[in-house]
Amino acid sequence: MLTTVDGKPLKEALAHAQSRAKRRAFLLVLPLLAFIIVSFIFPIGQMLYKSVNNTGFTISKDFGTGVSTPIMTNLAEWFEENPQGTDPDETAYAALAADLVVLRELKAPGQAGTRINYELSGSRSMFTKAARKAKKLEPPFKEAIIDLDEDWADPSLWQAMRTASIAVTVNFYLAALDRKRADDGSVEMVPENRQVYVTLFKRTLILSLMITVICFFLAFPIAHLMATLPMRKSNLLMILVLLPFWTSLLVRTTSWMIVLQSQGVLNDAMVATGILADENRIQMMYNQTGTVIAMTHILLPFMVLPLYSVMSMINPSYVRAARSMGATSWTAFRRIYFPQTVPGIGAGALLVFILSVGYYITPALVGGADGQLISNLIAFHMTKSLNWSLAAALAAILLGAVLLLYWLYDRLIGIDNLKLG
Amino acid sequence: MKLKTALLATALTSVAFAASAQEVTVMSWGGAYTKSQVEAYHKPFTSETGIAINSVDSDNPATPIKAQVEAGNVTVDVADVEFSDAVRLCDEGLLEEIDQSILPAAPDGTAAADDFIDGALQDCAVANIVWSTVFAYNKDNNPTAPDSIDDFFNTADFPGKRGLRKSAKATLEMALMADGVPAGEVYEVLDTDEGVDRAFAKLDEIKADIVWWEAGAQPPQLLADGEVVMSTAYNGRIFNAAIAENQPLEVVWDGQILDFDLFVIPKGAPNKEEALKFIAFSTDTQRLADQASWISYGPARKSSGALVGKYSDGTTDMAPHMPTAAANLGNALVNNFEFWVDKDAELNERFNAWLAK
Repeated sequence: MLTTVDGKPLKEALAHAQSRAKRRAFLLVLPLLAFIIVSFIFPIGQMLYKSVNNTGFTISKDFGTGVSTPIMTNLAEWFEENPQGTDPDETAYAALAADLVVLRELKAPGQAGTRINYELSGSRSMFTKAARKAKKLEPPFKEAIIDLDEDWADPSLWQAMRTASIAVTVNFYLAALDRKRADDGSVEMVPENRQVYVTLFKRTLILSLMITVICFFLAFPIAHLMATLPMRKSNLLMILVLLPFWTSLLVRTTSWMIVLQSQGVLNDAMVATGILADENRIQMMYNQTGTVIAMTHILLPFMVLPLYSVMSMINPSYVRAARSMGATSWTAFRRIYFPQTVPGIGAGALLVFILSVGYYITPALVGGADGQLISNLIAFHMTKSLNWSLAAALAAILLGAVLLLYWLYDRLIGIDNLKLG
Repeated sequence: MKLKTALLATALTSVAFAASAQEVTVMSWGGAYTKSQVEAYHKPFTSETGIAINSVDSDNPATPIKAQVEAGNVTVDVADVEFSDAVRLCDEGLLEEIDQSILPAAPDGTAAADDFIDGALQDCAVANIVWSTVFAYNKDNNPTAPDSIDDFFNTADFPGKRGLRKSAKATLEMALMADGVPAGEVYEVLDTDEGVDRAFAKLDEIKADIVWWEAGAQPPQLLADGEVVMSTAYNGRIFNAAIAENQPLEVVWDGQILDFDLFVIPKGAPNKEEALKFIAFSTDTQRLADQASWISYGPARKSSGALVGKYSDGTTDMAPHMPTAAANLGNALVNNFEFWVDKDAELNERFNAWLAK
């Protein structure tokens, strides 16, 4: 066996020396790792957790003292003892009345009502009103409570309370896919006039794909020019590509509004030159067209740069060799040049597609009615309706869809083939 | 050299000041609105009490408040939020309750509880302004001036595009009022499925002509550009464009929808005592009246009305520009927060589905 001078086996000594180097290397990436965990993995994990766990109907937390108190315990017990489909009887209403008193004491009727309101619109105020009178309720509780509001007898309400009495739920995912629980607990579509999320998921994917394809066709010639022109000219082109990249997103979006709106520069110019009659101005803004144009422009550099970096590394002698052996210029492009650009196309397409799937501010400003993307509704539930569980479920589905596409890409083209620059 | 010393001295004293003095962090909406609060509330408060104010802005202060309290890391002491958010956050236990007895009485001795407009005092919130969603038009682009909410929905007699906020709230109410529902019955009608259908049917009539906006700064711009001939808007924004920027814009008060902005204290605010002091100070009669000279939002106290003077340009009388002015209340609707907290999700889903059709 080989040993070192001090008698240790060589293999061991080597492993020892290397483990020190590895530890040191690990220490070097530790800040990055910590950063990723804190700013990326942890929030995403928390978001995913929120999408399947909503304690609005099970726990009331006093944010001042940090004390959590279970709520609706009597009702939860009744649900446990009585299977799905049992009609709520006097004991159920008595349990409800007892829970309402607790809600009143904890000042939590709004919280519980909000949770039920996510499942059944219009029920929040039933809880706040009933809790106000909870102490005065007297048996028989069934009549007393239904007397307050006849909707308390609604089977949909009892179904909603049954699902909400367990914090862990997939209902937010159902809602994010335009589905809900029927009164018997099975899954059904929401009424047609409320179906919106699936449409928007589809539209987001289709528009993103469209933007990616347009970006590709616009960026390919530019990147090729930049890679083949003499340095001085290609530098100028590079600056032209980068200039919008350095300009604020909002400035670029609003500039497009000025150019494209129906009283905008482009329409004015066409009217002035007589191409268009004044009353036939084209609506290019506040619709899908506006979203696609503005987003294509904003995302174009993300396609140009990876393409350029790949193209500038392609040795021109390959194409020349192909030509010298009799290939037409089209064949040489198709069989020699183009395959070598695939890593750049893959990287650019993936970048543009993933960015546009999550794009929010541009469609919000120029999208109008039919240029909205799913991100706008996620923002709506984050900032306006404050239904973060639903926002999280929508975002998780979007994340899942992107990961699926990423996996498909890996299977079809191979992720090793990706070249970002 | 002298200048340098002076600068250094100021910097040092201000550091010492910040370190020793108490401080309150107030979160608001930014722009002309925050400015009006800085001028009317923050500056006098600091000079009177010595408590410095750290003013921060957000697109909607309710969102960071919710996040901060849930994460247990509260940095904001006072936030300015909308009505439905104040109620919702209070329900979820994210806000401190505010004892109404700390609010000063009106100069004539009327107790605060009677002096504030109905609904302006909530368990966790004290209103400071009344703002309004109105519709406005560009005088240059409307040969005949529209004067009622019906005209907004009448594209035959008043041709041209309309700007509307991309949200169910206010939009549905205006549609119903234009369809002939009296202001007092709007929420009753909207509470039924037929009522909602009726509102959407009314909106269908002008759907092709609508340009949707989201940010409050958009409508004045859309109107000034001629992109739309009429648009719904927050009344303060139109006032600002018309008076401060001399745009030919005019507000139509018929069918306006009144709403409150309220001060709240997030649970666990680091300087709760100072925050309460700030709220009591800012919502007294004089301060609320002062704010109206910086922006055309109405004071939430009845006693402030008489004290509202001129705009900060010194020539424009503010009183007729207040949403609460008697002349503007002819056909006005007060936003029903309970209705919207209940129906927000459902109606916005329907609204978004209708939009996407």
